[in-house]
Amino acid sequence: MSAAVYIAGLGAISAIGNNVQENISALKESRAGLGPIRYLQTRYADIFPAGEVKASNEELAAICGWTGTNSRTAMLGYLAAKEALQDAGLVQHGTTWMAGEENCKVGLISATSVGGMDLTEDFFPDFLANPHAGKLRMVSQHECGAITEKMALALGISEFITTISTACSSSANAIMMGARMIRNGMLDVVVAGGTDALSRFTLNGFNTLMILDSQLCQPFDKGRRGLNLGEGAGFVVLVSSRVAAALGKELKIVVSGYCNANDAHHQTASSPEGIGSFTAMKGAMKMAALQPSDIDYINLHGTGTQNNDSSESTAIQRIFGDAYPKMSSTKSFTGHTLAACGGIEAVYSAVSLQEQCLFPGLRIEVPVIEKPGVMVQTFEKAEGIRHVLSNSFGFGGNCSSLIFSLV
Amino acid sequence: MYINAASAISPQQSFRQPAFLQEPVPLHAHRTSCLEPAYGDIIEPKLIRRMSRIIRMGVATGMDALQQAGCTNPDAIITGTAYGCLEDTGIFLKRMVENQEEMLTPTAFIQSTHNTVGAQLALLLKCHSYNNTFVQRTHSFECSLLDADMFLQENPGAAVLVGAADELTDYSFSILERFGLFRACAAGEGACYMMVGSEPAAGALARINGVRTLFNPAAGKLEDTLAELLADNGLFAGDIDLVLSGNLPGDAAEPRCAMIENQLLASSPKIYYKLLCGEYPTASAFGMWLGASVLKQQLVPAGLCETAPALLRHLLIYQADSLGYHSLMLLTKC
Amino acid sequence: MNREQLVEELKEQIIEQLNLQVKPEDIVAGDPLFNEGLGLDSIDALELIVLMQQKYQIKLANAEDGPKVFQSIDTMADFILANQPAAN
Repeated sequence: MSAAVYIAGLGAISAIGNNVQENISALKESRAGLGPIRYLQTRYADIFPAGEVKASNEELAAICGWTGTNSRTAMLGYLAAKEALQDAGLVQHGTTWMAGEENCKVGLISATSVGGMDLTEDFFPDFLANPHAGKLRMVSQHECGAITEKMALALGISEFITTISTACSSSANAIMMGARMIRNGMLDVVVAGGTDALSRFTLNGFNTLMILDSQLCQPFDKGRRGLNLGEGAGFVVLVSSRVAAALGKELKIVVSGYCNANDAHHQTASSPEGIGSFTAMKGAMKMAALQPSDIDYINLHGTGTQNNDSSESTAIQRIFGDAYPKMSSTKSFTGHTLAACGGIEAVYSAVSLQEQCLFPGLRIEVPVIEKPGVMVQTFEKAEGIRHVLSNSFGFGGNCSSLIFSLV
Repeated sequence: MYINAASAISPQQSFRQPAFLQEPVPLHAHRTSCLEPAYGDIIEPKLIRRMSRIIRMGVATGMDALQQAGCTNPDAIITGTAYGCLEDTGIFLKRMVENQEEMLTPTAFIQSTHNTVGAQLALLLKCHSYNNTFVQRTHSFECSLLDADMFLQENPGAAVLVGAADELTDYSFSILERFGLFRACAAGEGACYMMVGSEPAAGALARINGVRTLFNPAAGKLEDTLAELLADNGLFAGDIDLVLSGNLPGDAAEPRCAMIENQLLASSPKIYYKLLCGEYPTASAFGMWLGASVLKQQLVPAGLCETAPALLRHLLIYQADSLGYHSLMLLTKC
Repeated sequence: MNREQLVEELKEQIIEQLNLQVKPEDIVAGDPLFNEGLGLDSIDALELIVLMQQKYQIKLANAEDGPKVFQSIDTMADFILANQPAAN
């Protein structure tokens, strides 16, 4: 049996759709999901555009079939993970997961930066006024691990659960961890990805860094002003070759390369030469035994901040020279979904390969990379693409690159 | 996987104090804090201003472990933390509420992200290596070890810095106490890092022979897992010289711990490490540090266990919390 | 308040806001604050922008003006004296 790790299922929920199908339609039709903040209570509702999932907490709870108090992060994560599991066609008999006739050990590796903070920040005013006040059920989901635990219980996964939290590279790292655990024979199937809900804590936090755009963001545009925050969840179901065979479907996409490296330059800013991102991209390509010329498309981290886009484009130039692959930032649609972006963008990358197409980066007027045809600006058919590189770079210099390939 | 160096900051005199085992201090207060060193000796003073308590504790133990191992650039830095950086989280939340989302400053926000301890270590060391942070409640440290173990198999000869940290703040104590977490055990906190490798270095402390995590195990699963762990190492229950339990002396009959403590390992001598470090999610890291120290020095902390054998070869670190998380870690003398 | 008092006040405020491990007398008002001197960085600049707003009610129009204004305690004092809104 080969050590290949296949993608058997996809799930996503974001500002541009409540499931993968809706997300892809929006990407194809250049319909971004950014605008005034309408669900989160904040004084900045009409000041900073954001990419909110178009559903209230009550609506999400109804879709989940959950009652009581639920963190938005948990609901988004559950919906995306559940969609991915169903897409993969795994079935549970009692507590045993089956792929066709085969038993399999299924793990959940999720990621989040905010956890249940959406509830905690509503608890805090009461608690500050009186340490005995505030409902405890508002903080019982605060921990990142509590969110994953809630998802695992609802999904019926108990063999192995864990959560990674490395800021914006979190869910890319979760996918990497999942692939490694399968290759090391520790698990047969991993539901891997991440989730983050918009919160005042995050919104205000990013505002203190003065990197939010008060207009719709323009990643990889020379006139870019900053990022728009987003929210959502994205999960892939990773399976071993044994399970892939047992599922009886023709699975065509593998995780062929991955690498995590640290910029080690500054707590929030990336180094000008992009050493972390350079190292991560090179490492992923080395693992996949690919040359720069083999990469057909890069799903950029591309947040739209001066610093990230500059650093990332520098690193790309150092690797590819003038022979750039096509590239775009889908954060121009969804906003920056923080810990979820690696997972959501993995889903988009997989669909790109599956359907042989490329999704655009919106609102580019003067591209950072000037060479014509490199920045994908409208939806394109792309016959023959085989390898897609997806970047996710986070605070703390945490840089991850994943490569997805057609077998 | 060998523990080649280890360092811990805890409510005990554990940091760079080899004689600690002779003078452990059972915790009496309802709430305990770590005994912290003079950080200026280990961390450049100019950099300390950007580090909250938990970051200082994590960085100090990380640097200490590296120094002990004579390593300046680990091949991976892997951290576990259940609560993350609580002090800064609380500060930012408080200001956000009081100032109604205005005039907020970045430092507390930046430092509140869960991966800040690992990131600060990387920054200090200019270390571009693999860096990961696990945040899964009482499995946070165990998951870090699993990652470290995989990393060592993928990268023979690597030197990995792996550890965990969790802190207690006024706010967190207030809230967690309301959950009843400290009814039976003092609230605690701590940071612990260790250098691990596939080969023992001179002065290696112990060998980790298996880490198993279980979440809501089905009937029989816990026994089977222990049996497999022992069998993988050619051992029987009777070969376990000492159990380092993350439960409490009175818990043995509790359904969640009964199988291991009251049945399978009923006759093994036991030490309850939370009596030394207090209750916090990543206390099993302290348990591991303690176990490694015990094996290296062949000494059990004074007054904690009357029945320990003279020769200590195999230890089992076991915890079972009330949310269904269990972990088993086998530690062997090397 | 006269300029000398303002300079002393600024030194104390900066030490507190940025958690600097120095005393006011260690800071020379004309020395660079960033890169050399005290070695402050971009996060400190953001902190100082908030300090300006909180303590002196002066809002920096662009973050890009930061480097000029915050070059040293002296330039900060000059800026405040030139821009501080009149007291009620």
